[in-house]
Amino acid sequence: MSLLQEAEAPADPPTPASPRRSSGGLGLGRYILVRALLIFPTVLILVTLVFFLMRVVGDPITASVGGRLTEAQLQERLEEAGYLRPIWVQYVEYLGQIFTGNFGRTITDNREIGDILVQYGGATLELVFYALIVAFLVGVPLGMVAAYFRDRAPDAVLRILAILAYATPVFFAGLLLKLLFSVWLGWLPLGGRASSRVQLALGRLDDPTGIYLIDALRSGNSIIIGDVLAHAVLPGLALGLLTAGVFLRLVRTNLISTLGNEYVDAARSRGVSEFRLVRKHAYKPALIPIVTVMGLQIAMLLGGAVLTETTFAWRGLGFQLAQYLGDRDFVAVQGIVALLAVIVALTNFIVDVIAAIIDPRVRY
Amino acid sequence: MAEPRAKRSLASRLPVISHIRQSSGLQRGMLVAGTIITLAFVLVALLAPLIAPYHYNENRDADGPFPTQEAPNAEHLWGTTVGGYDVLSRVIWGTQTALLVVIIAIALSIVIGVLLGLVSGYLGGWIDRVLVVIADAIYPFPTLLLAIVTSIVLAGGRSTLWSGILAAAVAITVIFIPQYYRVIRAEAVRLKSEAFVESARVLGTSTGRILFVHVLRNSTRSIPLILTLNASEAILTLAGLGFLGFGISPTTAAEWGYDLNRALADTASGIWWTGVFPGAAIVLLVLGLTLMGESLNDIADPKLRLRRRRKGTDLPAVQGGAA
Amino acid sequence: MSKAVEIRDLRISFATDAGDVTAVDGVSLDVAGGEVLAIVGESGSGKTVTAKSILKLLPSTASTRGAVVLNGTDVVPLTGDRLRAVRGADAAMVFQEPSTALNPVYTVGWQLAEGLRAHGKYTKQQARAKAIEMLDRVGIPDPEQRIDHYPHQFSGGQKQRIVIAMALVLDPEVIIADEPTTALDVTVQAEILDLLRRCRDEFGAAIVLITHNMGVVADLADRVAVMYEGRIVEQADAVTLFASPQHEYTKRLLGSVPRIGTSLKEPWVATDDAAVVEARGLVIEYPGRFGRAGFRAVDGVDLAIAPGEVLGLVGESGSGKTTIGRAIAGLTRISDGSLSVLGHEMLGYRERDFRPLRKRIGFVFQDPATSFNPKLTIAEAVAEPFVVHGEAENASDAKTRVQELLEAVQLPRAFGERFPHELSGGQRQRASLARAIALRPPLLIADEPTSALDVSVQARVLELFAELQREFGFASLFISHDLAVVDLLADRIAVLYRGRLVEQGTGAEVLGAPKHPYTQRLLASLPVPDPIEQAERREQLRALRALPTPAADG
Repeated sequence: MSLLQEAEAPADPPTPASPRRSSGGLGLGRYILVRALLIFPTVLILVTLVFFLMRVVGDPITASVGGRLTEAQLQERLEEAGYLRPIWVQYVEYLGQIFTGNFGRTITDNREIGDILVQYGGATLELVFYALIVAFLVGVPLGMVAAYFRDRAPDAVLRILAILAYATPVFFAGLLLKLLFSVWLGWLPLGGRASSRVQLALGRLDDPTGIYLIDALRSGNSIIIGDVLAHAVLPGLALGLLTAGVFLRLVRTNLISTLGNEYVDAARSRGVSEFRLVRKHAYKPALIPIVTVMGLQIAMLLGGAVLTETTFAWRGLGFQLAQYLGDRDFVAVQGIVALLAVIVALTNFIVDVIAAIIDPRVRY
Repeated sequence: MAEPRAKRSLASRLPVISHIRQSSGLQRGMLVAGTIITLAFVLVALLAPLIAPYHYNENRDADGPFPTQEAPNAEHLWGTTVGGYDVLSRVIWGTQTALLVVIIAIALSIVIGVLLGLVSGYLGGWIDRVLVVIADAIYPFPTLLLAIVTSIVLAGGRSTLWSGILAAAVAITVIFIPQYYRVIRAEAVRLKSEAFVESARVLGTSTGRILFVHVLRNSTRSIPLILTLNASEAILTLAGLGFLGFGISPTTAAEWGYDLNRALADTASGIWWTGVFPGAAIVLLVLGLTLMGESLNDIADPKLRLRRRRKGTDLPAVQGGAA
Repeated sequence: MSKAVEIRDLRISFATDAGDVTAVDGVSLDVAGGEVLAIVGESGSGKTVTAKSILKLLPSTASTRGAVVLNGTDVVPLTGDRLRAVRGADAAMVFQEPSTALNPVYTVGWQLAEGLRAHGKYTKQQARAKAIEMLDRVGIPDPEQRIDHYPHQFSGGQKQRIVIAMALVLDPEVIIADEPTTALDVTVQAEILDLLRRCRDEFGAAIVLITHNMGVVADLADRVAVMYEGRIVEQADAVTLFASPQHEYTKRLLGSVPRIGTSLKEPWVATDDAAVVEARGLVIEYPGRFGRAGFRAVDGVDLAIAPGEVLGLVGESGSGKTTIGRAIAGLTRISDGSLSVLGHEMLGYRERDFRPLRKRIGFVFQDPATSFNPKLTIAEAVAEPFVVHGEAENASDAKTRVQELLEAVQLPRAFGERFPHELSGGQRQRASLARAIALRPPLLIADEPTSALDVSVQARVLELFAELQREFGFASLFISHDLAVVDLLADRIAVLYRGRLVEQGTGAEVLGAPKHPYTQRLLASLPVPDPIEQAERREQLRALRALPTPAADG
């Protein structure tokens, strides 16, 4: 190799002014490994935060049933549950439990948090799935349209709609949808995941998944399928439209900022059409930040799911959480929140890996 | 030779006003509309005792108790709730609660978030690494869940006016600190390698002076943006807490989310006014704040700002020394 | 010969915050087929806008009048598909920054084929075959494999070759090259210029070359148009223009270009005083992340700067020259060896011990746009050294001294009241010098202080530097990638290559009779602003390239 070619070898030394992206040149395998290891501190921090927040002031038993018991009874309950030991002992024990997948038992109905996940997780998953379908089908294409027509009338209309979607709390959207489609038009059911007879029918299936859509499809009964879908429309729309608004803004903003890159001008100078510039040249690079931020929106979706489930009496994890909140069962609340923390950390890991796979600079 | 120029007037340097001046078209429309809506709510909040027909926890007057679940009429313009409260009055008083919570929450989170971000971003080292991991862990966590946990701790879930407002505010603060922290830290990291900060280091400027004279003063440009967006998120979180029955109890203050929770049962019988009005209030206020935030973002970003020339175009600029 | 491009009375203005600004004001130009026309000018002259208007690549804020005739069609009124048909096929563009002109998430083959298929004449296989052929023709080794690689897997020079291949792929009449070598190192620049010459010779394309570099013009151009404030002030064939420039501005421009062998500095007289800076076996490493190996930016460098001496440090990007400057100023820690600055050892130093010495070191940064706090006035910024070292309570306390300093760098006193963005790049760099010499330091580090400036502004800042050095007598480390600039100011020159010092000596020794092959190549790659002399030098460089490979530390 000649000296000149050598001088041209791809060497971009890390200068303090421009540190290379930490993932740059790392290789996908290493990246996934490093990112996977990061799940542990993330979960640890969240669980620790929740634990100490809940214990700073008192203990869940006093908070739950304190007023209703005598002092002696309360002391006995606390002693029994181990809340009188030093807090760090409890903390270490709690961490150990979490690590083995034990998120504790509820006070009010003495159930394993894990069981609650098994029983109701499917419902929440199903709701989030519907919402994501609505969000992707509505948000992403409209975001591209808005970027293509940027600063012109269609863009203005879409942006206002997106802001409206974001500004409407999901329970208010749900309330309006219910008023319109259930009460006034009578087209769709008010709430619940299925009518009671269908629910019974689904319960009789061999090992039901708890995900009604799958169970209904397995039953092959068109009335059941129709009933399940009819119940899904409004909750899916309420949560989905909120998310669609966020996706629309996300896609639009990232596309526009990518369209400002010189390689778009370069492609334009080669005679590439404006539509293709948006669809190919801007979309794929913009997808990397879009996917990353979408991952962060999963959290918003879960928070929204709690409210949506309450609005539509959709018996999922969020609905249960709200019930336990109402019953002041804070052990259950802590357990479910910790569980959701793990789910959020895992989802973000998956999303980051997807983003890395899209980005050739990480792949090679 | 150039004369010393008059300093720009204070008004033209205030965030929103200076942004309006340099905006145009749709962006200006959005900014102005957002500002007007927001100001209208502030006004309503300040004047609540004067314009609300009744007090928020008033469900009877000299003539006896108010009718319950009554449709809008001359006596009760927006109708009454299941408890016999006047909907209009509760919506108006709710403005006060919402804005109070937002102001406290944002004031707390800005101060803490900015300080942490500044120190962590500029000094780096292990403190920085630990704080980044913590902020990254909290950031994607559902804000509502965290708010629930915090409000359980602070108020046991139910409370008086101030402890309720404080609980909601602190709950929201916990969520927002990582956001300010991340933004300011990113700015601090960027500024740290800017030549003017390095030149201050070469001069031997003390770290404190670098932080406050050079870094802080240049890292606040995105604050108005996050502030408005956070304000809208704070209102949504507060309403969410209220909706789950975990906000401020109804007798101590009016709160829209709580009223919506009560209204949920009404919908089945077609009673719309108990839910639509507080809900619309939330939407409108969040809309106003978000319009402000979005347009501030566009105007501050030269790439997105309308009628602004693109970077890199070859335009005449006065070049050369004072020859 | 037929005309490849005909521009008639082109007027372009932009809508800005401050109202309409005219960027191009009545430009008329012809480019003959197979001709290289250089449009030269400094920033703001309108040269890039003129070039971009040929393909109608201006932002929506621009309004264009006049005519740009390409292949018999006026492109100014064209829109939509008719415009698309012209772009790439009749005229193509080569951009300044190859790393931003390529889409990072698509393979280079995909991007090459896209241009072909946008014009609808090729199947997938044909497009691929054509793309491989083009990569081969622009000198990318192993094109069959490389075609499936992503842009980040190529070096800067290779990326620019690919951008050129994309421009050539549809066999356009004319290629518009907008500062095609500005982002590249000088040795790579020489290769890209050769490639562009081949574009004309082998592909028969006319080239519109936009550049501010008179050496590049002398190397490549047949004809030259000089632009100033949106107008063409002079047009002539290259040899004539360089030999006898007519317009005042052209003369000034040519006079400002630094040439090797001229010096602004009075010879330095050796003394017995201890060296201001002394490095022995200096090693600086940047730590790697996630278990990757660290990067050794500086590797075993020995150098010394005596009091009052100016040492010029030359190297290309990645050579470690800036790192050495930063280490001397205490901005980067050294990893091994020894570095003594004003008698203070920098290996494992503590900031507290070093801080008192900081008032004795001045630093001028490369980028005048970021070297001042945008929230402080120039006077406040220049007063900072006094305030920080307790010689003044606040900025107004130091007012007299600040004004003296501004006068010393030939800035009007009133400029102290201005904010940095209200000054031009050259003015800011003067203010930067004022701040650096405020405490009369015995050592001044200048890191590429003029590389962001136009050549005529650069000339004046370099003169000022020489004058200040004469007056204040500071020792200096002057860092630059430009041999001619360093030769103007330095008593001695040190050449860095990949973190190692390959040669040092006086200007006459290093540049007059370079010993190390890298220095020889660096010197030969530097284009001189004289077409005839440059043609000879090109031959020398070609001969050098034919020599066997020298080792980096040989």
